[in-house]
Amino acid sequence: MEFGVVELSRLQFAMTAMYHFLFVPLTLGLSILVAIMETVYVMTNRPIWRQMTKFWGTLFGINFVLGVATGITMEFQFGMNWSYYSHYVGDIFGAPLAIEGLMAFFLEATFVGLFFFGWERMSKVAHLVVAWLVAIGSNFSALWILIANGWMQHPVGAEFNPMTMRMEMTSFFEVLFNEVAQAKFVHTVSAGYVTASVFVLGVSAWYMLKGRHIELARRSITVAASFGLASALSVVVLGDESGYDTTLNQKMKLAAIEAMWETEPAPAPFTLFGLPDQEARETHYAIKIPWAMGLIGTRSLTKPIAGIDQLVASAEERIRSGIIAYDALVQIRELRENSSTELKDQFEAHSDDLGFAFLLKRYVDDPRQATEDQIMQAANDTVPTVWPIFWAFRFMVALGFGFIGTMTYFFFMASFKGMRFPRPALYLAVIMIPTPWIAAELGWFVAEFGRQPWTVDGVLPTALSVSSLGVTDLMLTLLGFVAFYTVLFIVEMGLMIKYIRKGPYMDVEETDNWTARHEHRLRTHDGNLPFSEAPAE
Amino acid sequence: MILHQLIDFDTLRVIWWLLLGVLLTGFALTDGFDLGVGALIPFVGRNDVERRVAINTVGPVWEGNQVWFILGGGAIFAAWPPLYAVSFSGFYLAMFLVLAALILRPVGFKYRSKRDSAAWRSAWDWALFVGGFVPALIFGVAMGNVLQGVPFHLTDDLHSIYEGNLFGLLNPYALLAGVVSAAMLILHGGAWLSLKTEGQVAERARLYGSWAGMVAIVAYALAGLWLAFGVDGYAIVSQHVANGPSNPLYSEVSKGGSWFGAYASRPWIAIAPIAGFAGLAMAVLRLRAGKEGSPILWSSLGIIGIISSVGLTMFPFILPSSTDPNSSLTVWDSSSSHLTLFVMLVTSVIFVPIILAYTAWVYKVLWGKVTEGEVTGNSDTVY
Repeated sequence: MEFGVVELSRLQFAMTAMYHFLFVPLTLGLSILVAIMETVYVMTNRPIWRQMTKFWGTLFGINFVLGVATGITMEFQFGMNWSYYSHYVGDIFGAPLAIEGLMAFFLEATFVGLFFFGWERMSKVAHLVVAWLVAIGSNFSALWILIANGWMQHPVGAEFNPMTMRMEMTSFFEVLFNEVAQAKFVHTVSAGYVTASVFVLGVSAWYMLKGRHIELARRSITVAASFGLASALSVVVLGDESGYDTTLNQKMKLAAIEAMWETEPAPAPFTLFGLPDQEARETHYAIKIPWAMGLIGTRSLTKPIAGIDQLVASAEERIRSGIIAYDALVQIRELRENSSTELKDQFEAHSDDLGFAFLLKRYVDDPRQATEDQIMQAANDTVPTVWPIFWAFRFMVALGFGFIGTMTYFFFMASFKGMRFPRPALYLAVIMIPTPWIAAELGWFVAEFGRQPWTVDGVLPTALSVSSLGVTDLMLTLLGFVAFYTVLFIVEMGLMIKYIRKGPYMDVEETDNWTARHEHRLRTHDGNLPFSEAPAE
Repeated sequence: MILHQLIDFDTLRVIWWLLLGVLLTGFALTDGFDLGVGALIPFVGRNDVERRVAINTVGPVWEGNQVWFILGGGAIFAAWPPLYAVSFSGFYLAMFLVLAALILRPVGFKYRSKRDSAAWRSAWDWALFVGGFVPALIFGVAMGNVLQGVPFHLTDDLHSIYEGNLFGLLNPYALLAGVVSAAMLILHGGAWLSLKTEGQVAERARLYGSWAGMVAIVAYALAGLWLAFGVDGYAIVSQHVANGPSNPLYSEVSKGGSWFGAYASRPWIAIAPIAGFAGLAMAVLRLRAGKEGSPILWSSLGIIGIISSVGLTMFPFILPSSTDPNSSLTVWDSSSSHLTLFVMLVTSVIFVPIILAYTAWVYKVLWGKVTEGEVTGNSDTVY
């Protein structure tokens, strides 16, 4: 791959977005887990729950700050590196970002300070309300960001205005209630909840292995396992919903995920394993589960799912139609108010395909001059590189089922087996800590790499969306980000590990006294104290 | 949806021009004292406890304050997409520097006191200084460049092509504007510390804050004179359509004449610079008189006056182009669509009062001075 402005802009966006998303899922989930713990504290008045709130709250804070800081980069990046995109779709895309600030980010950021500094300054209930406001703010934030992202995947409620050379909003409600956005939102926040649950579970398991802070750890595991089980189920079920919407709206992405080169007779099989070969347009050594894909993707036995070859053919048609729209557009821009009705009608009839004509801009300045070869090339460009999407998707799904398994096991052991976790299970929980992050990043990769060659599906090609910058500018900022983000990552991980090692350090005396007084309550159903002896090997 | 026809397109554009000003001012008033405190930390705090006192005056609120900035960016994106596209890609490396400084700052607040090492803390103190001073300076530099016009042009399909570079931005007039902005925010930070701290820290803050205020007054006066006599203004010469499509290329703009023509045609706008000078001067006097509460009110007035003076002087221009004046962005030709402006207005009318209410409540809960005892006694919960 040649590294020009487009590739460097993409690399920078991918890097900074994926880095940002190292912090976001934990913020989404941990804010809720912490608020749940504080709710238990307020309801039962047991100091250990306040200690848990403060301890997990500290880790939440270390993570939160980098989520906020790297989020600013995302907002800047559209204008800095993707200025044509910003001009072209800002009328629609900017609104949810601004509303996110008004409705969600202000809420979480204003109250997060009070969460940490306000323990002594307000009543218990008021502080609890603050904790929930932070959690609600974080989650609302995700809603608006995914409405913006959902619009890039499935641009509804907007049309092209030839006078202003951009997309303009026609219905705010269509943008707001975009089915793709809704499905992505629930899938993404569930992924955040799983991430936080696996994190809390893993850290608590580590304490159990070390024989430290057992009381905090076992309560944390109870919360994490139950919340985590519900979330893991929801992330898979709602991921399926997301997949169903993809079938309806982003056929090429679905075909790439499935490495489905030709339209299969309905109901289509699901390819469990295979080696997709882009050149030969076939998948070698494919192991297929009959019917599965047709059922998941169309929820029917009769509807076919379009294969890549068929989709390329339809892209070719749309390019030809887009050229007609482009021709009308150029004339309308000259004539402005004096454009004839026929000209406007000509544009209207083909304006949905205008974006496909822009695919030709990679090869020729004026799409009307494109040769047959160039049109074929542009049509082929609508196929993203299949094998990374194919594999990323399968790893993500496998991890998703892994989370369901793990959480079910820990929930069962915590609820019915008196928390007598075998040591290997605890080790497994510790080792699993990084996996939800991997799954989340793979998910974003499938969603965004699978959207190529578009920034806004069918509307604006990625290659056209960039700013008019020099390669040097982009190299400078890219290197700057790499250096800066690496340092921040080391600093953050260092602090996280330091505070995990340190363990709960607030309200220690009060909590220990309470624990000692109430030891009898901690007995499990068989009358023993949990971990009164070393857990079974 | 036809509801948005209730408010005329041109009225909405003016409202959004005002709201842009409100957001920038909200940012300068709230995040402004954070930046000012950041720039003052190494000077008002001579030891670790004093520095922690200064940091903890903004510790609980900087996150909320910074959202004014993020919201400002989001509102520019949503309401003025061409402005967002041209300025962020044009001021490319300057934006990167602001970004780096703004990332450094939150991390500095949060992480500084989480380790005991003196070297660790001192490094973060300087990071906080840079994170406060650099953005305060660059925002002014950007304003200075906007007033002079920025070298960019728009192609027929509205690609923005920027013809300058980072060093072009650092011209003498822009640097002078940068001094105004940095000095003004340091004054504001000093006024905040005067309110929120006591003893040595407060006294030093009043001293350095008042010096910064004097620098701001002189620099603002110089920048005004220079603008009157040495900087070309811009004017729309074609018949402009206030509710026409948002395409900057549809209007003709001439460069030449003076921005101060605005004061002849709309004399009432002189109230803005007067408020600017009066606010700065009173803040300096009150600080020198050792007052605690009133300086922050006066410095706020000064900031409001100075920011409004820039906006009102340039109206209806938002971002003039020095190399191709016809590409200039104005209130009438670089907004979002009628519908989007309306939707965003409704959202703002609902949420801005709510935001102001809960922000006020948070400040009320946190009311009172940050003392050395409080900082050393609660090492677990404060920064």
